[in-house]
Amino acid sequence: MSEPHIERSVDRSHMQVSDEVAIQIENMNKWYGQFHVLRDIDLTVQRGERIVIAGPSGSGKSTLIRCINRLEEHQQGKIVVDGIELTNDLKNIDKIRREVGMVFQHFNLFPHLTILENLTLAPIWVRKTPKKEAIDTAMHFLEKVKIPEQADKYPGQLSGGQQQRVAIARSLCMKPRIMLFDEPTSALDPEMIKEVLDTMIELAEEGMTMLCVTHEMGFAQAVANRVIFMADGQIVEQNNPHDFFNNPKSDRTKQFLSQILGH
Amino acid sequence: MSDTEAHSVAYVRDTMMPQQPAPAGETGAIRWLRENLFSGWLNTVLTLLGIFAIYLFVSHFYGWFLHGVWEANSIKECRQIIAERWGPDASGACWAVIRERWHQFIFGFYPPELYWRPILAFALLFVAIGPLMFQFVPKKVAWFTPIYPFLAVWLLWGGSVWGPVLVLTGFVLGGVVFMAVARFGSIMAFSVGAIVTILYFLFAVGPLISLFHAMIPVGLESVASSKFGGFLLAITLGVGGIAMSLPAGVVLALGRQSDMLLIKTFSVIFIEFIRGVPLITLLFVASLLLNYFLPPGTNFDIILRVMILVTMFAAAYIAEVIRGGLAALPRGQYEAADALGLDYWKAQRLIILPQALKISIPGIVSTFIGMFKDTTLVVFVGLFDPLKGIPDFIRADFNWKGIYWEPFVFVGAIFFILNFAMSRYSMHLENRLQREHR
Repeated sequence: MSEPHIERSVDRSHMQVSDEVAIQIENMNKWYGQFHVLRDIDLTVQRGERIVIAGPSGSGKSTLIRCINRLEEHQQGKIVVDGIELTNDLKNIDKIRREVGMVFQHFNLFPHLTILENLTLAPIWVRKTPKKEAIDTAMHFLEKVKIPEQADKYPGQLSGGQQQRVAIARSLCMKPRIMLFDEPTSALDPEMIKEVLDTMIELAEEGMTMLCVTHEMGFAQAVANRVIFMADGQIVEQNNPHDFFNNPKSDRTKQFLSQILGH
Repeated sequence: MSDTEAHSVAYVRDTMMPQQPAPAGETGAIRWLRENLFSGWLNTVLTLLGIFAIYLFVSHFYGWFLHGVWEANSIKECRQIIAERWGPDASGACWAVIRERWHQFIFGFYPPELYWRPILAFALLFVAIGPLMFQFVPKKVAWFTPIYPFLAVWLLWGGSVWGPVLVLTGFVLGGVVFMAVARFGSIMAFSVGAIVTILYFLFAVGPLISLFHAMIPVGLESVASSKFGGFLLAITLGVGGIAMSLPAGVVLALGRQSDMLLIKTFSVIFIEFIRGVPLITLLFVASLLLNYFLPPGTNFDIILRVMILVTMFAAAYIAEVIRGGLAALPRGQYEAADALGLDYWKAQRLIILPQALKISIPGIVSTFIGMFKDTTLVVFVGLFDPLKGIPDFIRADFNWKGIYWEPFVFVGAIFFILNFAMSRYSMHLENRLQREHR
C-alpha cells in the first residue's frame, strides 16, 4: 500500500539510540466516561528512538500520543516526559509542552497569521526569543522543509502538503526534544504524502526522538526502530520493523497486516 | 474558416466585416429593463404595481417636503406661509424649528459659550479610535488612545484638571503594581493590583484632588450632567457603552466557557439575567435603586450610572455573539495552541480571540447599533434624549406646540447617518480581514 512513497533506502548507521529515557509510561489507563480507551499501557521510549504506532481505527493510538503532551488527561498510572511527571500542575504541563512538538492530521495552522508568524509566534511568546532571532530560526526551518518562498503567505493559500510541512517546521522552531506525529499524512492527497514523509525521514536521520501514528508502513520499514501495534486500547505487539512485518506473532497483528498490505 | 479548408471550398471570405454595435434592445438600460422588470406577464404586472405603490408614497410626501419652510419663528407662522404660497389645503414641513433649535438637538442645555468643548472631544475621538480602526493611521498615534477617555470626561464635565489626572494615575499605579508582582503569578498580580487600585480610589483620590487643586488650581468650568442632552448625551452614552461593553463582553464570553465553576456560574447568571430583563427596568434601577444601595452621601453621577447599566446590557448580548464565534473555531486551533506551550491567556489573545472576534463582527456591530439607538430610552429616567426628551421640551414652548414630524425626521436622519457609517465600517473591516486571511 504505502511502499511507493519511500524511494530511497535510509542510512541508519548514525541514527544512534541512547540509553537515556525520553518518555516513560507505566501502567497507564484512560476512560472516556464508561469507555475504557487505554488499558494498562507500559511504554519506554529511549532518546533518539523512532517509534511507529499502528493499529485499526479506534484502537487508542492517537489518544495515547495525545496523553503524552496532555491534550488528553489520563486517569491512572504514570507518564514521565523528559524527567518531568505529568500531573495537574500547569507549570509541569507547560514545561513538557515546550519540549514536545506535535503535528496534527489536519495541520491546525493558525489561519489568521502568515506562515512566518505561525512559526515565530510560540518562540517569541513562550520561549521569549528575540524577534529577529525567531525569524532567522523560522526561515532556517522553512528552508529545511523547502518552502522559504511561502513565508509571507497565509496558510489558506498553500496546498495540504505544504501546510503540513509548515506545521512540522512550526513545531521544530520550538527546538523540541521529542516530536509526536498524529496521522500526519492521513488528510493529504496521495501525491502530497511523499513530500511530507521525506521531511519526516530527514528529521529521523538527524536523531530526533519521534512517535508517529501512521498507516504508512513503508515509512515504518524505512525509519522506525520499533513498531507498536495497538488494538482495543492495548499494546498487542511491538518489535523491530523487520520482524514485525515478516514475522508477526499475534493473530490480531497478522489480520491487520494482511488487511493493509494485502492488496 | 480555417486555412486547410480554403483549398477545398469554392468561396472563402478574406475580409472581415467591421464589428457593429449590438441592437439597441440588446444593450444597456433597455436590455436591463426587459430582463429584470418585464421578462414575463407576472413580472410586468408586479413592476407596474410597484411603480404605483412608489407613486402613492411619493405623491403623499413630496409636497410635505417641497413645501418645507425654513424661515419662521413659530409653527403658526409656518402654516401661514404655507397657506399663502401653496393654497389653504397644502401641507408642509416646518423646518424652522430645526433652524431655531438645532443646538438643543445636538448639545441639549450645554452652555453655548462652551460648545467648543464637546466639539473638541468629538474631534479627538477620531484621533483616539483612528489607530484602532484604520491601517493608514500611524500606530504611533495609539499612545493617545488610553488617555482619551480621561481627557474627554474632563472636556465634557469640566472641573479641576487634577480629577482626571489623578484618576488616570490610579490606573497607572494599578498597572505598575501588577508589573511588580507579575513574577509571583498572574492571579496574584491581578489581585494585588486591583486591591491597590481600589484602595487608592476609596481613600486617596478625593483628598489628593483637593490637595493638588488647592496648590495649583487649574481647571475648566464645571458643567452638570443635567445640562447634557440631545446627541451629546446619546453619543456620550453610546461611545462609552461601546468602548466598555466590548471588553466586558469578551470577558463574559470567556467566563461562560471557563472550567472554573464559580466564574462560569457568575457569567451565566449575569448574561441570562441581563438579557432577560428589559433595558428600561435596568435604567430605573440605575436612576432609583442604586441610590438606596450606595452609601448615603455618595454623589454617583446619573450619566455614569446609566452608562454602566447600558454597558452591562450590551455586554451580555456581545458575550453571546462572541460565544458563537468561539464555538465556530475548530478544536484543532485550541489544541495547536496548547501543544506549542501557550498558556490560556496567550492562546486566547493571540490565536482564539482574533479569529472568534472576526467571525463575530456582524453580530457585534448589530449590538452596538442597537445599543446606540437604545440610548434614547434614557428619557424615562429624566434625561433629555434627542428623540423624545428634547422635542418634548421644544414643544413645551408655545411657539412650537404641536410640531411632531420634523424633529422625528431630523433626529432619525442623524441616527441613520451615524449607524449607517458604523455598518459600512464593519463591512470594510470584514473585507479587509477576509483579504488578509483567505
